[in-house]
Amino acid sequence: MNVLVSFIIVIFLVLLAIVGVQLGGLYILFGAVLPYVAIALFLGGLTYRVVSWARAPVPFRIPTTCGQQKSLPWIKSSRLDNPHDGVGVLGRMALEVLLFRSLFRNSRTELKEGSNKVVFGPDKWLWMGALLFHYSFLVIFVRHMRFFSEHVPSLTLLLQGLDGFFQVGVPVVYMTSFMFLVAVTYLFARRIISPMVRYISLPADYFPLFLLLGIGTTGVLLRHIFKTDVVGVKELGMGLLSFSPVASPDLHYLFYVHLFLVTVLIAYFPFSKLVHMAGVFLSPTRNLANNNRERRHVNPWDYPVKVHTYQEYEEEFRDKMIKVGIPVEKE
Amino acid sequence: MMYDGSKILLGLVIFLIAVTFPFWFSWVNEKSGFVPEPKLPEGEESCVESAEYMKALHMDLLNQWRNAVVRDGRRVYVSSSGNRYEISLTGTCLGCHSNKAEFCDQCHDYVGANPFCWDCHVDTSVSRGEGK
Repeated sequence: MNVLVSFIIVIFLVLLAIVGVQLGGLYILFGAVLPYVAIALFLGGLTYRVVSWARAPVPFRIPTTCGQQKSLPWIKSSRLDNPHDGVGVLGRMALEVLLFRSLFRNSRTELKEGSNKVVFGPDKWLWMGALLFHYSFLVIFVRHMRFFSEHVPSLTLLLQGLDGFFQVGVPVVYMTSFMFLVAVTYLFARRIISPMVRYISLPADYFPLFLLLGIGTTGVLLRHIFKTDVVGVKELGMGLLSFSPVASPDLHYLFYVHLFLVTVLIAYFPFSKLVHMAGVFLSPTRNLANNNRERRHVNPWDYPVKVHTYQEYEEEFRDKMIKVGIPVEKE
Repeated sequence: MMYDGSKILLGLVIFLIAVTFPFWFSWVNEKSGFVPEPKLPEGEESCVESAEYMKALHMDLLNQWRNAVVRDGRRVYVSSSGNRYEISLTGTCLGCHSNKAEFCDQCHDYVGANPFCWDCHVDTSVSRGEGK
């Protein structure tokens, strides 16, 4: 059901773009107005999310620890898994952000068929799928800068060269295009195949996957099958960026589908699970040094709480306590 | 009130500058309004196929031509209008579009396309001393 809802929404979005452009001729709406709205929502929404996270107090150090804490000098501590200072945190965050270390540590628990044994084992598939997906997406993103900058940045040209190294077909096939589609398909199949993962999957999990699958598919089609006029695409892109958008009715309608799905992705980004792009940097369980015993951390909203100590309590009820035989500290 | 505000804001500002790269990069380069102008040959009526076809699919045609010559040894192309052309990048294409820098490179550089035609083929405008 969750799958179906997300799938229908994405199909609806695709049809919306086709109808809007083919029947409605709304080139300016789909080619300029909606992208501007999406970019504004993305920048504003992301800033809002980050600032609102920054406003949440984190009075104490609450890192998840996966190794020996720093204590006495002759006990070896685990600096990356239980960092006690900024350098350790930096290393831990770098491994998390760049290599998805917490996914690498993923493990699986199974009841062995036949015997009643619970078996624990490593499970690297999600880590591999995630790594493949994120890095191919990054390369694809940088590659797309050829449409949005004049001159084309040298990093884009370098990545294009490496990505199309095998020079298959004209225009050349980029490896990351297909790595991306394979990775997203895996991430989707994983939610469908495993009953446990399927049980906890929501429309908000499937929707971005379908959206990305739609973006990837239309992108590959536009490059290899329908071959849009890329100069026209860049003129549209540059028009957007210089705030003088142009209507481009000559471009293939699939281009507008591609653009609209990206528009939706950008607008949806700050308000969904996708915002983990920013959130990963602000996870207090990972970006804090575990120095609770080294340094005193004072709660910033500490309030002078009215306490009633045992001494005062005994002072108040001493006679009654003695009367019923409860032992007291001071006779 | 923000906690660790300076660090978080610094990160946020760096991100915003990086993510708005397309908005300021071309503007800094003073090239926001740049439009490629491929120089069309004078005195020629039409290319081997229609302009729309060539604009979108010239790379397909050139690929077919390469395969026809290199793999099958066919050297004659019959266009959709029935005209016969010699299959030759240097002879036929560059015969009219004589300057690679003023024709091919205009759009290719604009969209960052880097076709490998010139790994083997010679740019005749350079050998004639006209090109860059």
